[in-house]
Amino acid sequence: MTGTLLRIEGLTKAYPGVVANDDVSFDIAEKEIHALLGENGAGKSTLVKMIYGLVKPDSGTMTWRAEPFTPADPRAARAAGVGMVFQHFSLFNALNVAENVALGMENPPPMRDLAARIRDVSETYGLPLDPFRTVGDLSAGERQRVEIIRCLLQDPKLLIMDEPTSVLTPQEVEILFETLRKLRAEGTSILYISHKLEEIRALCDAATILRLGKNVGTCVPSDTTARDMAEMMVGGTLQTPTRTARDDGDVVLDVTGLSLKPANPFGTTLKNLHFTVRAGEILGLGGVAGNGQDELLAALSGEALTEKNAIKVRGESIGHLGPNARRARGILAAPEERLGHAAAPDMDLSENALLTGAIRKSLTSRGFVNWPAARDFADEIISAFDVRTPGHHVAARALSGGNLQKFVIGREILQDPDVLVVNQPTWGVDASAAADIRQALLDLAARGTAILCISQDLDELMEISDRFGALNEGRLSDIRPVSELSIEEVGLMMGGAHGMEVAHIHEEEQEAGA
Amino acid sequence: MIRLERRPQPSRLWSYLTPVIAVIVTMIAGGLLFAALGKNPVEAIRTIFWNPLFGEFAFYYRPQLLVKAAPLVLIAIGLSLGFRAGIWNIGAEGQYIVGALCGAGVGLAFHPTESVLIFPLMVIAGGLGGWAWAMIPGLLKVRFGTNEILVSLMLVYVAEQLLASMALGLMKNPEGHGFPGSRNLSDYASATSWIDQDIGLHWGMAAAFIAVILAYVLLNRHILGFNIRLSGEAPRAAKFSGVAPARLILFCLGTSGALAGLAGMFEVAGPSGQVSIDFNVGYGFTAIIVAFLGRLHPVGILLAGLLMALTYIGGEMAQSNLGLPAAAIQVFQGMLLFFLLALDVLTHFRIRLSARRTA
Repeated sequence: MTGTLLRIEGLTKAYPGVVANDDVSFDIAEKEIHALLGENGAGKSTLVKMIYGLVKPDSGTMTWRAEPFTPADPRAARAAGVGMVFQHFSLFNALNVAENVALGMENPPPMRDLAARIRDVSETYGLPLDPFRTVGDLSAGERQRVEIIRCLLQDPKLLIMDEPTSVLTPQEVEILFETLRKLRAEGTSILYISHKLEEIRALCDAATILRLGKNVGTCVPSDTTARDMAEMMVGGTLQTPTRTARDDGDVVLDVTGLSLKPANPFGTTLKNLHFTVRAGEILGLGGVAGNGQDELLAALSGEALTEKNAIKVRGESIGHLGPNARRARGILAAPEERLGHAAAPDMDLSENALLTGAIRKSLTSRGFVNWPAARDFADEIISAFDVRTPGHHVAARALSGGNLQKFVIGREILQDPDVLVVNQPTWGVDASAAADIRQALLDLAARGTAILCISQDLDELMEISDRFGALNEGRLSDIRPVSELSIEEVGLMMGGAHGMEVAHIHEEEQEAGA
Repeated sequence: MIRLERRPQPSRLWSYLTPVIAVIVTMIAGGLLFAALGKNPVEAIRTIFWNPLFGEFAFYYRPQLLVKAAPLVLIAIGLSLGFRAGIWNIGAEGQYIVGALCGAGVGLAFHPTESVLIFPLMVIAGGLGGWAWAMIPGLLKVRFGTNEILVSLMLVYVAEQLLASMALGLMKNPEGHGFPGSRNLSDYASATSWIDQDIGLHWGMAAAFIAVILAYVLLNRHILGFNIRLSGEAPRAAKFSGVAPARLILFCLGTSGALAGLAGMFEVAGPSGQVSIDFNVGYGFTAIIVAFLGRLHPVGILLAGLLMALTYIGGEMAQSNLGLPAAAIQVFQGMLLFFLLALDVLTHFRIRLSARRTA
């Protein structure tokens, strides 16, 4: 490593009511993979937006190879040699790879030349990609390659990657890391944003940790334990959820041959799922986003109706029943999308408490709403789950992600479910709220509830589930006890098509035999 | 530089204040418009807003106000339920016509029998007629996914043809010397909706008040009202909560149709008196404005209906007394809606003045 590529000194950016970055300074060296670590809301996004010219700092300076660096817009930043791969892809599904790349260029070359260059770059960096495939048909990992190649064609000196592995299987992550290491060897620096500590330890040369907009420390990740980094990130000791040993209960949720066509044309078809969840057990279902998670939740919550016998709770068939009838039978759900699905953004918390609590909490009589009871229920959730809010009159969208998630999960838990289905319970939630939510799920299971936890966070599933399965293109892998699983096996279950097919055929044979 | 900043939650204060400010701003802008037309703006505004209520002939205009406001409020209350749920019944005018035809049909069929049962039967028939007309877009939407806006709107023109054919054929007054139009129901004691024609009270006004109260209770105290609001604000959350969209669509369209039908029935049996070719005067469309002017809130709609009726009556006075062109009055009414919707931004955003920053 030679010299400094980008020096950041005293960068400050305030938004009304919040200082997103407060006097942040650090250096990114040439040929370095530099991690930017911090919880949601720590100010990582604001910082990289300033480097990429999307946001102007209130004060502070940036220096690019000893020259002052003040990009007025992303075009200026790109011209200087900054490339950025966003967490959310900006690709057109109906266009092919080359067309998508051309759309992002100032002066796109003829399509044939561009395709050749795309092939060239993709082979050089181990990112196999056919320029003429339609983006809509690509997997999340392949789409990310399109974004990366789009950046690499500009020959950047600094590549910013925002949470690149959140959509990848462990195997795809390994491929991505190889590419990034190769880029580093050829002289590109990388600013790698993540909150996944093990990845940073495996990949990065240096790490800067942000907390509440401030730089709270730098470290060499390979010499620092994940726990130490986590505690710097959170600013306190981290509670690891604890679980108590328990006996196997009876089967409460029994899903047999669940198939479902998606409601929207871009959804995933569920294909013949079989699983059971016992009382007091947490079944974790992993998988990359868009492999049937939303559809499975809808099928279990009653938003999508299925064949009557496909879903049974305590032996009673409920596949044909709507959400309220299912709630009456003790099966509750908390969807992934907090605002607009689990909660109504512009309604206050007592109205949102009524949203799912009406049946089990008897908040209505002869159709008339008992508002004092609904407010009491909201207050009960707020105090039991430490939801930080001025009161039940506050609109749901005024709550932070972590607080609203605690409210949404708490609302279901306090209704004393027999079966609880959660999708991404800690998505976009700060670490302490996430720990609280996981602990609450473990406590609920200890009281005898059967819990199905759908999540894309493998660490979370390994931490709280008893058994693990993976969703892939609407199919479910074999379900195995977590204690027997290695991370490689988990990866194969999530994405390894061969393993999946074998499991699938095996399953059908069993059925045929039965 | 002026910036708009999203409020964490909609301001309650501003949602009450903006209609008042909108009326004031409309008066100012309208005054400028009238001044540009060479009229005295103060006098014009006074003629529109003050004279119908407190002027020399107010004793005549005040009941007129209720006569105009009652159908507007009744229809707008029904429409507001659907609008809150994101279900857009634009065809209230058609439901109003069909309700009037059904109600009048029952009344005319019994002519000249006198019985206290006739009027209640007409009320039921009027409501059912409007309901049935609204069920057409409702069922088509639920069954085939058609757009209720288009279907309900096009059914207005069908209803108008039906009205013309009734006025010229089936319901034509046999003693009318060949003129189009039915017998005059306001002269038929058992069938008229007038309570007292001299002071200008009819049952439609009572119905409008009852509708305001029921709608308020429904929206604020009943789970069905909660589901309506939920469906409008967060359709996915509503589905998750257990609201059956099809049932809600049929309820909202049916209720708004029934109320529009009732309004038509009260009108045909009272102020209008007979089924005639030009019976409908656009209440069904104006009620859409009234519903939004009243914030889709029952009490707001009551006030907005009265305000709208005031601009109609005051506008007519301004036309005849001051010689203002009818178009100027229509522009004035349009401005009211425009300013209301434009000022709406203040409930969701706050305005910040700030110096332009340089990096």
